[in-house]
Amino acid sequence: MYNITNILEPITLNEALRMYSDNPKLKIIAGGSDVLIQLNHGKFDDVELLSLRKIKNLNNISLLEDGTISIGAMSSFSNTFRNEIINKYLPVLTEAAVSMGGPQIRNMATIGGNICNGAVSADSAPTLFSYNAFLKLVSIDNIRMVPINDFYDGPGRVKLQPGEILTEILITKENYHKMTGNYIKFSNREAMDIAMLSVAVICNVENGVFNDLRISLGVSAPTPIRCYDAENYAKGKSFSKETIETIGQYAKKSAKARNSWRGSKAYREHLINILSQRAIKEAIKRAGGKC
Amino acid sequence: MIEVTLKINGKMYTRKINPMLRLIDFIRDEIKLKGTKEGCGEGECGACTVIMNGKTVNSCLVLAASANGAEITTIEGLSNGDHLHPIQEAFIEVGAVQCGYCIPGMILSTKALLDENLDATEAQIKEGISGNLCRCTGYTKIVEGVKIAQKKIINSQEGD
Repeated sequence: MYNITNILEPITLNEALRMYSDNPKLKIIAGGSDVLIQLNHGKFDDVELLSLRKIKNLNNISLLEDGTISIGAMSSFSNTFRNEIINKYLPVLTEAAVSMGGPQIRNMATIGGNICNGAVSADSAPTLFSYNAFLKLVSIDNIRMVPINDFYDGPGRVKLQPGEILTEILITKENYHKMTGNYIKFSNREAMDIAMLSVAVICNVENGVFNDLRISLGVSAPTPIRCYDAENYAKGKSFSKETIETIGQYAKKSAKARNSWRGSKAYREHLINILSQRAIKEAIKRAGGKC
Repeated sequence: MIEVTLKINGKMYTRKINPMLRLIDFIRDEIKLKGTKEGCGEGECGACTVIMNGKTVNSCLVLAASANGAEITTIEGLSNGDHLHPIQEAFIEVGAVQCGYCIPGMILSTKALLDENLDATEAQIKEGISGNLCRCTGYTKIVEGVKIAQKKIINSQEGD
């Protein structure tokens, strides 16, 4: 049995950072949809919660002057996929956000919470990996920007320092401008299910050639991953059937798929191969190309 | 203990509560409104769905303290005196209810959906109630019920 001894609800970020710095044992709660389940499962004993819900502007989504898109860490999944900036410039994040949970969970759960919880199945992660997102991590005496690709440490583990809070997710213009993509979540049910495997492809194609291709996978290794071998192979190549099939093979090799009750290693590897190809073909189609 | 004030179905309730108390416990045990059901207790089934500040949430995953100041609608808040809400009428008419345990949540998800998009297509209806599990009906009659509710609400608006 767990026990929540107190809930702190600061109204400014500075206040929150001060509280967290004074007591790094506080457990941060954003939307609550992961933390309360962890509490129910007895993951913590006595715990004092630091809730971020009252801090203004932490759920803002904005287009900055240099074209960078800033997503406040407290933006819920619903708030994210209903946002015009996201729909216009980061449509693959819209696809990912819509695929998560059901309506109620999407109203509660936040993008920042999804990342910091460190789940290999996090629906926002592969897409943000492919968009080369940066995370703004703020503590009382420091601000650092960390690529999301370097943020995961293992299943359920991320590289947050004591006293650090994720405040924004940033995607620079060169990482979404003239890019198309596709997110595919593979799960047994269409709603209220966790991915058996997920793939996020972002690419820039021109005259039948891959200028840039990024493939990220969820639930195929202890953390979400990028398939750099597949991406490097693709760059500069024309998108023939053979090229795309070879990319699928490379993607499969990048992964460290495992057996779990949700799916076997062999099945996951098959999915990586097939779904990467499918997502690439859809991304090319969306760019107006044929393959 | 933490003091919280919640507006539930239009009425203000102030209570001193344990920080561990969940919104569903506040509604069922403090206010004694038993229409909100607990199914899985971990946000999977939607039986405990309530509308909080216009949006559906799983009340088993919200701490009552985090709902301080919020406006909540539960199933008891839908009827107008003795007159059932059109969604409730439609569910009864079509026989969308079997054991009934999922129905309060199902109806509140429907309400949130139709408040936002009264003309929801069948696909949008299925999406709208996708966070509510029903193990009896196979959903067909529930979807039919939502469609009848749409017509009832549209007709009543035209009659205004």
